[in-house]
Amino acid sequence: MSDTVLMPARRRLLRENPSVTWFLLALGVFTLVISVLSEGLGVGLVSTSMVKILGMTLCLCLIAVAMDVVWGYCGILSLGHFAFFGLGGYAIGMWLMYARTEIVISDSLARGTIPPTELELSEAVAAQIFGVVGTSELPLIWTFAGSLPFQLAMVVLVPGLLALVFGWLAFRSRVTGVYLSILTQAMTLALALYLFQNDTGLRGNNGLSGLQNIPGLLHVPQAVLSVWFLWASAFALGAGYLLFAWVVSGKFGSVIRAIRDNEARVRFLGYNVEGYKLFVFTLTAVVSGIAGALYYPQAGIINPAELAPIASIYLAVWVAIGGRGRLYGAVIGAAGVSLLSSWLTGGGAPNIDLGFYRILWTEWWQVLLGLGFVLVTLFAPKGIGGLFDYLVRKR
Amino acid sequence: MQTLLEMSGVSVTFDGFRAINNLSIAVGEPELRAVIGPNGAGKTTFMDIVTGKTRPDSGRVVFGERQVDLLKMSESQIARAGIGRKFQKPTVFDEQSVRDNLAMALKNRRGPLSVLMWKAGERDRARIEALAEEIGLLARLEDRAGDLSHGQKQWLEIGMLLAQDPRLLLVDEPAAGMTPAEREHTTDLLKRAAQTRAVMVIEHDMEFIRRLDCRVTVLHEGSVLAEGSLDHVTKNQQVIDVYLGR
Repeated sequence: MSDTVLMPARRRLLRENPSVTWFLLALGVFTLVISVLSEGLGVGLVSTSMVKILGMTLCLCLIAVAMDVVWGYCGILSLGHFAFFGLGGYAIGMWLMYARTEIVISDSLARGTIPPTELELSEAVAAQIFGVVGTSELPLIWTFAGSLPFQLAMVVLVPGLLALVFGWLAFRSRVTGVYLSILTQAMTLALALYLFQNDTGLRGNNGLSGLQNIPGLLHVPQAVLSVWFLWASAFALGAGYLLFAWVVSGKFGSVIRAIRDNEARVRFLGYNVEGYKLFVFTLTAVVSGIAGALYYPQAGIINPAELAPIASIYLAVWVAIGGRGRLYGAVIGAAGVSLLSSWLTGGGAPNIDLGFYRILWTEWWQVLLGLGFVLVTLFAPKGIGGLFDYLVRKR
Repeated sequence: MQTLLEMSGVSVTFDGFRAINNLSIAVGEPELRAVIGPNGAGKTTFMDIVTGKTRPDSGRVVFGERQVDLLKMSESQIARAGIGRKFQKPTVFDEQSVRDNLAMALKNRRGPLSVLMWKAGERDRARIEALAEEIGLLARLEDRAGDLSHGQKQWLEIGMLLAQDPRLLLVDEPAAGMTPAEREHTTDLLKRAAQTRAVMVIEHDMEFIRRLDCRVTVLHEGSVLAEGSLDHVTKNQQVIDVYLGR
C-alpha cells in the first residue's frame, strides 16, 4: 500500500497502468517492423500505399484515444470530435497547398524574361488555387497560409478555440447526456455544410488537395515520405497516449470518472464540474486537431465530407467496440474496425457468390459493422478490451 | 455560540405546490441540530436550498460572519465556502477505492490544473488515514467503495464530508438501513463532529434523535412548527397531531 504511494510519479504511472508500457512497446515494434518491410526504406514487402494506410490508422487511433478520455472517462458522449480532426487537417492543408503552389508558380514565372513581383506571384497563386471556385482573390483567412509556424499554430488553436467556445456555452447551460450528443452532431453538421459553400475560402466541396506533396521535401519520393509520416504518426500516438494516461490517472482522473458517474455529487464536493468538462473537451479537441493534421497529408485530400456527422459516430462506435475507459481499447477498436473497413471496401476481401445472390463486401460492410456494434453492445458491454480483464482474472 | 447559517422568509413552489412556506431557521456554530417532520414537510428541499440545488422564489439565506449570500452562489462555490452535504441514499463513487473517494473530498485546491498536478503529500496521507480510522475503514482503504456494506458506505460518505472540513454539515437520514451497532457509531461520529462545527441531521428515527440529545426543529408543510429539546417538542399538541400522532 505505502510503496505505491511513495513511488515517483513517473514510475507510478507505468506501474498503475501496465498497459502503457505494453502499448508503447507494441507501437515501437510495429513501427520498426513496417519501416523495415517498407518500399521506401526497407525490403519492399509493404507497399507505399499500405504504409500510408497504416500511418493514417495510427492517427485514427490517436483521435479514438482522445474520444475515450472525453466519453469513456468523463462521460461526455461527443459526436462531433471529427470536426476538430477535420479543422486540424484544413489548417495544415492550407499551408501545404499554398506553399507548394507558390513553388510551382514561381518556378514557371521565373522562366519568363522579367522576374515576377511579390504581388504578381500571390495573385497567380490565388488564381491557381481558387480558380476552381470561380475566384482569383486570396480569401482573408489565407493571409498567412504561406507561413508554416502560423498554420501549425492554427492546427492547435482553431479546434481548441471552437471546443472552448462551444463547450463553454453547452456546459454552462448544463446540457448533458443525449442532448449534448445531439448538439455536438449539429456542430459538426453545421461546420460541414458551411465548408461545402464555395465562398467560405476553403474551396467548397473540392476541399484541399495535393496534400501529399510536402513543400521543401518535393524531392523526397513518396515511398520514403510515407515512412516518415508513419514515424510522426506513431510518435504522436505514443505521446498522446502517455499524456492521456497521465491525465486519467491520479486525482484528476478520479474527479472526471466521478463526474461521469454522478456529476451532481461532485458539485457538492466543491468541484466546478463545468470547468473540468471544458478542460477535457478542449484538450481532446486539440489532440484531435493534431491527429487530423497528421492524417490528411497522408490521405492527400480533405473535403467537407470528412466532417460529416457520420464520421464522429463511427468514432464512438470504434471506442465502444474496443472498450471504453481503458485507452488501449480505443486503439484496438479504431485500428481493427478501420483496417477491416479498408480491407473489405478496398476490394481486398473476396466477394462471396451464393448462387442466387452475390455478397459484395463494399455494400455489406456497413451491415457487418452495424451488426458487430449491436452484438458488442448486447454481449460484451465492455468491448473487446473487456476480454483482457477476463484473461487477467483467469491467470 | 454565534449564528452560522441564517435562513429567513424563504418560500419555494413546485408546480403550484408550496414545498417551503416562509421558512426561517438559524443554526449556530458549533451546534448539533436535528430536523424532523412528516414526509413532504420540506426537509430535503431545505437542504437543497442551502446547498444551491434549488433556488427559492423569495427569501434570504446568509452564511458565516461576512453574511455571504448563498442564493447567488453555485453548488460548488457553496461547498467550497464550507457547507458539506450527505445524501439520503449513500452516494459514494463505487468504482473507485475508499482512498480515492476520501482524497477527492480532501480540502485542497479544486481547480482542474491544481488537481492535475496534485500529488498526495505526507499531510494528505496522514489526514486520509486519520479519517479512515475515525470512520472505521482503515483496513479497507484500497478496496472499491462499491464493495462496502451499506452502513460502511454511509460512513465513507460522512468521512468524505469531514474531509472537506466544512463549517456546516447537512446530513440526510444517516442512520437509514443501519444495524443498532452501526447507529451507535454514527451517533458518536456526528456528536464528535458537532463539537467544532454546525451539524444538521434530518432523521425519522426518534430513538436515533434521542441519542443525539440535541435541539430539535420540527418542520411541517414547509415551515417551522416547533423548536426546542426533544421532550419539549414531543409534548407540543400540534406536533403530536401532525407527526407523532400518526
